[in-house]
Amino acid sequence: MSTTNPVILSSSKDDVVLTPELLAKYEPVIGIECHVELKTVSKMFCGCPNAFGGEPNTKVCPVCLALPGALPVPNAAAIEHMIRAGLAFGATIPPHSKFDRKNYFYPDMPKNYQISQYDMPLTVGGVVRYWLDDGRRGECRLTRIHLEEDTGKSTHVGSTDGRLAASTSSLVDFNRAGVPLMECVSEPDIRSADEAVAYLETLARTFRELGVSDVKMEEGSLRCDANVSIRLRGATEYGTKAEIKNMNSFRSVRRAIESEIARQIQVVESGGRVIQETRGWDEAAGTTHSQRSKEQAHDYRYFPDPDLVPIDVSADDVARVRATLVETPYERYVRYVDTYGIDTKRATQLVDDHVLAAWFDAAVAASNNALATVAFVLGDLARLANESGTHVAQGKVTPAALAELVGLTQSNAINSKGAKQVLETLWTDGGSAQAIVEREGLAQVSDRGAVEAIVDEVLAANPKVVDDYRAGKTNVLGFLTGAVMKASRGKANPALAQDLLKEKLSSA
Amino acid sequence: MPADRIDIRHVARLARLALTDDEIATFGPQLGSLMTHVDALAQLDTENVPATAQVIPSRNVQRGDALRPATMLTREAALQNAPQAQAGYFRVPRIIAEEG
Amino acid sequence: MDPIHDSARALARAVNARDASAAEIAEALIPHAARADAQLAAYLELTPELMRAQARRVDERVAAGESLPLAGVPLAIKDNMCVLGTRTTAGSKILENFVAPYTATAVQRLLDAGALPVGKTNLDEFAMGSSGENSAYALTKNPYDLDRVPGGSSAGSAAAVGGFAATVSLGSDTGGSIREPAAFCNVVGFKPTYGRVSRYGLIAFASSLDQIGPFARSVEDAALVYDVMAGKDPLDATSVDRAVEPTAGHLREDLRGVKVGIVKEFDLAKLDPAVRACYEAAYADLERLGAELVEVTLPTADYGVATYYLIAPAECSSNLARFDGVRYGLRVDGPDVGAMYERTRAAGFGPEVKRRILIGTYALSSGYYDAYYLKAQKARTRFAEDFARAFERCDVIASPAASTTAFKFNAKSDPLAMYLMDYYTIPVSLAGLPSLSVPCGAAVPDDGTRPMPLGLQLATPLFTERALLGYAHAYERATQHAQKLTPPETANA
Ligand SMILES: [Mg+2]
Ligand SMILES: [Zn+2]
Repeated sequence: MSTTNPVILSSSKDDVVLTPELLAKYEPVIGIECHVELKTVSKMFCGCPNAFGGEPNTKVCPVCLALPGALPVPNAAAIEHMIRAGLAFGATIPPHSKFDRKNYFYPDMPKNYQISQYDMPLTVGGVVRYWLDDGRRGECRLTRIHLEEDTGKSTHVGSTDGRLAASTSSLVDFNRAGVPLMECVSEPDIRSADEAVAYLETLARTFRELGVSDVKMEEGSLRCDANVSIRLRGATEYGTKAEIKNMNSFRSVRRAIESEIARQIQVVESGGRVIQETRGWDEAAGTTHSQRSKEQAHDYRYFPDPDLVPIDVSADDVARVRATLVETPYERYVRYVDTYGIDTKRATQLVDDHVLAAWFDAAVAASNNALATVAFVLGDLARLANESGTHVAQGKVTPAALAELVGLTQSNAINSKGAKQVLETLWTDGGSAQAIVEREGLAQVSDRGAVEAIVDEVLAANPKVVDDYRAGKTNVLGFLTGAVMKASRGKANPALAQDLLKEKLSSA
Repeated sequence: MPADRIDIRHVARLARLALTDDEIATFGPQLGSLMTHVDALAQLDTENVPATAQVIPSRNVQRGDALRPATMLTREAALQNAPQAQAGYFRVPRIIAEEG
Repeated sequence: MDPIHDSARALARAVNARDASAAEIAEALIPHAARADAQLAAYLELTPELMRAQARRVDERVAAGESLPLAGVPLAIKDNMCVLGTRTTAGSKILENFVAPYTATAVQRLLDAGALPVGKTNLDEFAMGSSGENSAYALTKNPYDLDRVPGGSSAGSAAAVGGFAATVSLGSDTGGSIREPAAFCNVVGFKPTYGRVSRYGLIAFASSLDQIGPFARSVEDAALVYDVMAGKDPLDATSVDRAVEPTAGHLREDLRGVKVGIVKEFDLAKLDPAVRACYEAAYADLERLGAELVEVTLPTADYGVATYYLIAPAECSSNLARFDGVRYGLRVDGPDVGAMYERTRAAGFGPEVKRRILIGTYALSSGYYDAYYLKAQKARTRFAEDFARAFERCDVIASPAASTTAFKFNAKSDPLAMYLMDYYTIPVSLAGLPSLSVPCGAAVPDDGTRPMPLGLQLATPLFTERALLGYAHAYERATQHAQKLTPPETANA
């Protein structure tokens, strides 16, 4: 974690060196608001496609262009996605909800108000449980998740770097205007940049698993703001917070929060006072900069949208959605680590690919041996998938076939070399592991008499080595075992071969 | 609510309306007398009365998640009324960061 | 067949029977409407080409064996409704060059039923006004006295039908914008239950109150238009998904057994004596037709204007935010986008629109929301409750549609005085009820010599349009007030 390294920031007065001791003196307090684009066929309030990209202003209609007279009609699937997302985090789904208008002017917002939810969001409360790379776990309470619509996109022209500050005009594309967004607002429960990222990663994994969003960062389908303050460790009062905007990757979230924590410590350490303000994250500069102080904040004049009617969510609706819920990525992670004994890294690797994880779960259900299964899935199978560019779940190896293979190795029916060979054949041809073993004669020879015959043959062929062993150079045992395996064309049970070799070398 | 308590300039700024001094001088008293009339509402008992945003009893009016190509506009139609368009985009004067 | 004076029902019947063609009706109306309009200024734009093309289509469909409920009926459309390819201004400079790329659902349904679009009619800017004087483009004249206002905001739609420059027309009513001009222009003006007719394509003033409705020279014609327009529209979430009972074939002839509520708080003594006499006669006529008059009470009545002038401006302040010079309409450039917004909106909106945007912005702003907007929404609940209680005692409530006859241009310079014009219509709007104004006689104004028309407002419970139109038809049939008065200047045009 990079905050443990000294960070030096220049200040107008003295340079404050942020030593690990100084950083440890303060506790960061962080809350996150993030906007996630929902995965639907059509936009939130009209029948235009909810799809990324395309020629500008080609996915528009009177509604999402806010032509005079056009009216919104809400997308039922988006509302159901919200309920699903809320339930996955244990949120309460209030029986009554509604849409409100958030009024402010901005050129990429066609109506100059955003249809959002103010005091009656679709989901309230809930907890996001997450884990960090080092295996630590944490949780962050959700305040709410509400439903709203996205804006269009402005491109700033006339400046060399495409940024706002120096532009002479802007070009607006409304293709994205009206795409459904959920805004997840957290309580200030997060205490480090790493936790913030872990929290966001869990949100993203969960939304993907639920099918409510693809969470494609590169398409801007998850965007977040962070409220950051610091206080002396042990203090109970919150410090004054700054709102950091414009972070659009997990990497920039980490960097921006670390940079902001460092800035605030520096301000306080040099005798200053943190002011409540909005600060933009500048990816290139690696710093946050003041955008406007809260005193100039907008007066959004929220009121219930009179073009829309209230939303009632019945207990039956909730039960119906709840019945479709599956294990969350966090629950899956905990099962892998706590029940199966898989290490954090590999558990995360599996959970991060929920299709692979589901495939893995099917294989484990058949094999009853998670550790042996994960070794294949993230080992040879992952390699084969990677080499061929085909996802494991799309390949010819079925979970049942892999489980069979695991069983064959566990019962010593084949050795690891044979297993590798079987897996390669399964990958190219499919079929059953047992059948391949039989067809290709890969069954491990564990018959004592058969192996003994080969052992005798090898010992007879290598008198010098046998002498060396007996003279004390016991490390030649490896060579002899290898020779037995080679003579058996890899099929001899290696443990049995070694036992017989030892026996014969010491007895004669 | 006396008229002078309405900060017309502030309200006009929120509404993105540039007002002339003459308009401020005219609207001030007009809004003042209207708000005085409106203040009588305070006498109407609304204790424990729920707010009505819509008089109709409708709930959950939603649409299925489907495309409606018939209502979509071609880019030409979308831009036909644009005061300024460029390369398929609507063009606007420079945005000052404070707006966002 | 008389294409100018005949009823919509008679024209449609003639065209469907192939006794007349839509084309000949169009050819008669096109020059006639232009001549009448030279005096009335009811239209912002006449659409002869659209009308001819539509007439051809109607004649083809009828020739193919179809029967269309509005075949060949000349229709004027308030210019706050989008009609594909027409300039649609809402009476505002800010939409001076806006050409609609789509058609409002209500208009489309009428066109599909065979109506012929004569043109787009003048209105108070964004439907904000009670006289028609707030249009950025024209001063529509009252066909019964060209020195007087036609009423508003649906000024042109009322004047066009009253002045025989269209057979029927569409208006929109937010706080009385159909009923009041109907009363002033001696026509029937009908505002259905909120949510009965789709608002898709109607340029919003106050979304929770706006409702499209017809003007006609008879209740039956209004019913005919309503029957075609009403019903759920998947493009309007506030349009109600509830079976629409056809009304036109179910109008009643008398009022036997009907209880008519007379609102205690609507004190006729406050009115000019001639106006008062007219309404007293109207109530007596109702009784003569078999109705029982019962006194009902609307304790909230005097709070109507205050409640309305918080809710409607609040909604309008937000609805009109989209007029910003970015995507359509007027733009006045500036050094940055904020300046462009402020200049565009300053130049594009007229004073009444600005006033309402300011009131609404203020009523919603931080620190005032609870005292104003929320309070008004609670008051609105009281209106609905009071009407519900009143309807326990009666079937229909009768009242004046307006407190005066049409006044002269520039007679009301104080906005509040103008707002109070809608004293009788606003409470009904707040409760969302179906309501209409039917001609009920005339009175000579103090400052005039000629009798000017008055309208009787009738209102019934939510979704009871058939009953409402039935009562109005019985009254109209017995009294024939619309026929007793003819517009002097245009009668022989
Ligand atoms: Mg938001
Ligand atoms: Zn759209």
